[in-house]
Amino acid sequence: MTFKTTLLASTALTVAAVSAQAQDMANSMTLVSWGGAYQNSQQKAYVEPYLAANPGVTATWDESSAEAVAKMRAMNEAGNVTWDLVDVVASDAMRLCDEGLAMELDHDEILAPAPDGTDASDDFGDLIVSDCFIPQIVYSTTFGYRTDMVPDGVEPPSTVCDVFDLETYPGKRSLQKRPIDNMEWALYCDGVAKDELYDVLSTDEGVNRALAKLDSIKDQVVWWTAGAETPQLLADGEVFMGSTYNGRLFSAIAEQDQPIEMMWDMQSFDLDGWVIPAGLPEDRLARVLDFLKFATDTQRLADQAAYISYGPARQSSAPLVGQHAELGIDMAPHMPTDPANAENTHLYDYEWWADNRDDLDAKFQAWLAN
Amino acid sequence: MTLTIIEPKPVSFVAPVVAVAGAFCGLLVGTAHDNPLLGVAIGAVLTAVLAFVWLSVFRNERAARWLTFLGFGAVGFAYAGVPGVVIGLAFGAFFGWFIFWLGEGRYRAKLPPYSTGMQVFLHFLFRVLCGAIFIFLITPILVVMPLSFNAENFFTFTPEMLRFDPEGYSLKHYRDFFTNSDWQQAMWNSLSIAPMATILSVGFGTLAAIGLSSEHVPFRRAIMAVLISPMIVPLIISAAGMYFFYSRLGLQGTYWGVVLAHAALGIPFVIITVTATLVGFDRSLTRAAANMGANPVTTFFRVQMPLILPGVISGGLFAFITSFDEVVVVLFVGSAGQKTLPWQMFIGLREQISPTILAVATILVVISIALLTTVELLRRRSERLRGMSPG
Repeated sequence: MTFKTTLLASTALTVAAVSAQAQDMANSMTLVSWGGAYQNSQQKAYVEPYLAANPGVTATWDESSAEAVAKMRAMNEAGNVTWDLVDVVASDAMRLCDEGLAMELDHDEILAPAPDGTDASDDFGDLIVSDCFIPQIVYSTTFGYRTDMVPDGVEPPSTVCDVFDLETYPGKRSLQKRPIDNMEWALYCDGVAKDELYDVLSTDEGVNRALAKLDSIKDQVVWWTAGAETPQLLADGEVFMGSTYNGRLFSAIAEQDQPIEMMWDMQSFDLDGWVIPAGLPEDRLARVLDFLKFATDTQRLADQAAYISYGPARQSSAPLVGQHAELGIDMAPHMPTDPANAENTHLYDYEWWADNRDDLDAKFQAWLAN
Repeated sequence: MTLTIIEPKPVSFVAPVVAVAGAFCGLLVGTAHDNPLLGVAIGAVLTAVLAFVWLSVFRNERAARWLTFLGFGAVGFAYAGVPGVVIGLAFGAFFGWFIFWLGEGRYRAKLPPYSTGMQVFLHFLFRVLCGAIFIFLITPILVVMPLSFNAENFFTFTPEMLRFDPEGYSLKHYRDFFTNSDWQQAMWNSLSIAPMATILSVGFGTLAAIGLSSEHVPFRRAIMAVLISPMIVPLIISAAGMYFFYSRLGLQGTYWGVVLAHAALGIPFVIITVTATLVGFDRSLTRAAANMGANPVTTFFRVQMPLILPGVISGGLFAFITSFDEVVVVLFVGSAGQKTLPWQMFIGLREQISPTILAVATILVVISIALLTTVELLRRRSERLRGMSPG
């Protein structure tokens, strides 16, 4: 029985693969991403080369990744899926996969192997956190501070706990308006060991302890929801230090020459990648798979790092990371995965947060409103 | 008792009033320095003392006003450099004038001599409130304009800008708007959607208004309410409804889908303005035309249309601006291929705070002002034609 099912399934797959090649592929794609410098890096690193190699094909961007889950639900309900490939963070990919809104994939089947022949699934390794998810980049949420606001005679801040130290480093901070990362940083700076963070956070006392720590800086915090806000606040001098995505800080420091410095301590890693919406017509699916194979190969992911300081998700891409496309500076030291930057990092626990998110969101919001 | 009511007022009246104005200005300056209360106190005391000195100790208006003007400017310069001078001189000019305007009693010059104190007070309170509302509405728009010439990629008045250093200013965000393909595509989409939506709105809206203003149409009020509803129903509800409806029809994500949705939003404006013009339209003219053998179509184009044209055009302009500025419905009904300017601005603001948005906003404000000026000129012309105003 099992053998027969496997046989049937593999026959079906082979047939699907053959017919996909034989069939005409759609000539346009709608790609969904985040806009800004990140989308620009995707455009330059693999969309433009792909379009150049496939004349007659067009790609349209929709900058809707921030509300991808809600929009994909609506599209599914309306029976009108207009997106072909969607860039989402790992936790959204897991939700979309669970709800059946994203297509489950066989990574080795559809993705290119590494140049040395390693299977795609081994090359991406643990980063394939969901069957629907094709990782592209590793980014981190970390802190930056304004160098000209460091008080005289004081060492510049270097650890995440300096964020909680209002006496040595007075001034406003900007933090993301969500419990993820903030709760862990608070507990860590309250003396909890890194490997016990989630054990402590699983208890009510732990949650209260984290909130009490956050309470100590609450009146000095500006809460942000979009990644562009902290760089703006830092550039304005409205805040002394603030958390945001490392690529945004890199852009403000290296490309915009702002007096800002990175703090990599306890940076919180996260993943971003593609999902394919479920239920695409065959011709569009064929086009997307063709594009995807190209866009996630080793060289293309390394190319992307020339435009933005996010680490490529393939292990085989790391040695190929070169210089910034315009500034000509080496990109490796600006990657969150660079050994010097990754001395003390925080790996946030997807599964723990998937289980506890609703509960902690409610507590966090109630605390905010107090 | 003489009729001359312009007479010097006691310091005990002038000083507190000036102190209130001083407290308000102090609040503005104090807030900029993170200490509003101290600002209020300093502003009130300083201006009250000034009023006392100028009115009771050294009552020489010309000299006193110059001293105030230059003195405030010097203080401003000492605290905040060039921008401080501008603010200081403005405050100095105002308070120098204000103290003597009150102190000499000139504020009653244009009021009827029999006004009671309360009436005078309410008269000026009303003006101050109107001015305050105007300032609160306009300031955010005015702040945007200089920022759009920022040489940096942030929404920040840089020190160079505040020093009025040419280095701090640049047209690069305007250049970005005119060269970036995303923005150009968005502008092209807006410019191809808005006129078509306007034509549909004007066509349907005018016909509906004419039909609804003739008395034999049944259920006029109910039909009117339905047609006006897109203006009253929250936009997000219309948008969500249109999304699911248009998806079923295959219109979602198409050019015509967005055009139809925007036309539905624009029709109420046309109906309202055209109905208003029809109130002044003399029905006997159409009967006269019919009497002379014109059929209804000829009558409409030769007699009625020219007379209600100003209403039709101003309705059309409102419909155009509605479509041109609309972001909620297009986010639902459109797909990435119909990204309009407001959509592009919305995502730009959320994902990447770039002053290009401010450059676009400035351009749009200028266009809106031009359109609204046209509406106003047309309205005056129509009033003049109908002999309602002497202009």
